[in-house]
Amino acid sequence: MSDTLKTTPLHALHQELGGKMVPFAGYDMPVQYKLGIMKEHLHTREACGLFDVSHMGQALLKGEDVQAAIESLTPSDIKGLPVDGIRYSLLMNDEGGIRDDFMVTNRGDHLYIVVNAACKDADFAYIAASLPNHTLELLEDRALLALQGPKAAEVLNRFAPGVDQLIFMNMGEYDIAGIPCLVSRSGYTGEDGYEISVPADRCEELARKLLAENEVEAIGLGARDSLRLEVGLCLYGSDIDTTTSPIEGGLNWAVGKRRREEGGFPGHDVVMKHLADGVERKRVGIKPLGRAPARAHTEIADTDGNIIGEITSGGFGPSFGGPVAMGYVKTDFSKVGTEINLIVRGKSMPAEIVKLPFVPQRYYKG
Amino acid sequence: MTVKYTEDHEWVLVEGDTATVGITDYAQNALGDIVFVETPAAGTEVSQGDDVAVVESVKTASDVYAPITGEIIEGNDALEDQPELVNSSPEGDGWFFKMTIGDASELDKLLDEAGYKAFCEGLD
Repeated sequence: MSDTLKTTPLHALHQELGGKMVPFAGYDMPVQYKLGIMKEHLHTREACGLFDVSHMGQALLKGEDVQAAIESLTPSDIKGLPVDGIRYSLLMNDEGGIRDDFMVTNRGDHLYIVVNAACKDADFAYIAASLPNHTLELLEDRALLALQGPKAAEVLNRFAPGVDQLIFMNMGEYDIAGIPCLVSRSGYTGEDGYEISVPADRCEELARKLLAENEVEAIGLGARDSLRLEVGLCLYGSDIDTTTSPIEGGLNWAVGKRRREEGGFPGHDVVMKHLADGVERKRVGIKPLGRAPARAHTEIADTDGNIIGEITSGGFGPSFGGPVAMGYVKTDFSKVGTEINLIVRGKSMPAEIVKLPFVPQRYYKG
Repeated sequence: MTVKYTEDHEWVLVEGDTATVGITDYAQNALGDIVFVETPAAGTEVSQGDDVAVVESVKTASDVYAPITGEIIEGNDALEDQPELVNSSPEGDGWFFKMTIGDASELDKLLDEAGYKAFCEGLD
């Protein structure tokens, strides 16, 4: 199997640490290590976890007025983004659907972008073809680590004094233990933390240094998924995709105010129609009232048994201490407190629409 | 008393005309942290190979099959509130259900301890 899969620069380290390797987006990646998903999840919320996210796509977009150029592909306000500010953004299609979600950092004369592993080839081809007067430089010689959790700042500051002053959704260049890195105060766990772009040939050296700290454990993709689900963050391909608009997905905040008025991005007409007329379905938080988790693709019924939607992400929330899910329901049923049923293994299980997130997000805002 | 095993990683403890069924240590280790178990109701008639119970880890749901034909005597109610017993004591307190032995000849075709151990080694 692994013969046909790509690997990250930490592949040997994952195996040395007892990582249980699975195929993910074309890469051989650790779903968990020896601690197991539950303990890895809890450790990240209580102390600090190190994630290898090198499978994600990193690139620089360069050229004249690059902030204005990327706005032709995304509804985010990038021109209004301060230098070294980071924004969660969406790549859109003409039907108002989402091609991918990605992170954009304004580096002044260029943009630093990070896209999902499963979409990266398509995203990069699309961006390059759409912006022929700009240059997309793929950072294939760089790896990406995420250090997440309430102890992340204290730990990283030991190697890069001052990095604890970086504000959430901002980036800076730091030498971490002498290794030149591009550091973002960001992540996808709901916890404070960093994403560290590091030269691929020094990634293992950096990972070993971080893992040698008492607070730090290696964390696999299994816990990454349960961590992001508990804090209500979307997984592209499950919770949002080419058929969901940002408004259906509850990502209204990712559509810049100025952009709504000005337009100039794919799907603007659909987004405006959804904002003006409302949507027929919405992404909501769903709490199963029993103990059984409800997984993705579980059908959602009203209390009369009519199908009103589907779960898109679901499982057990270790910090929440019970099953958690999100999915789409007809808008009439999207109000917090609405009683619904989940059809699990042919049986109807009671559940309730709840406000997201299940567990509060804790970011460092200065 | 005898313990038999299936290739679906269940153990079957035979005591007289009763069989107690659970999942093996190998299975619980492969599944990871167990967060939910659904056991069958007493009185359910089951045939060998029927899916009769569900075990869910943080990541996935798996079926547990009837290792033999018979009638369910009781499910392990303790697993409702403490599914983690399957991790801590898979071949003890973490048993799934007890059942009657409808056809003793089915037991003969299950694996013994050495056979199951060899089977697992072949998987790694």
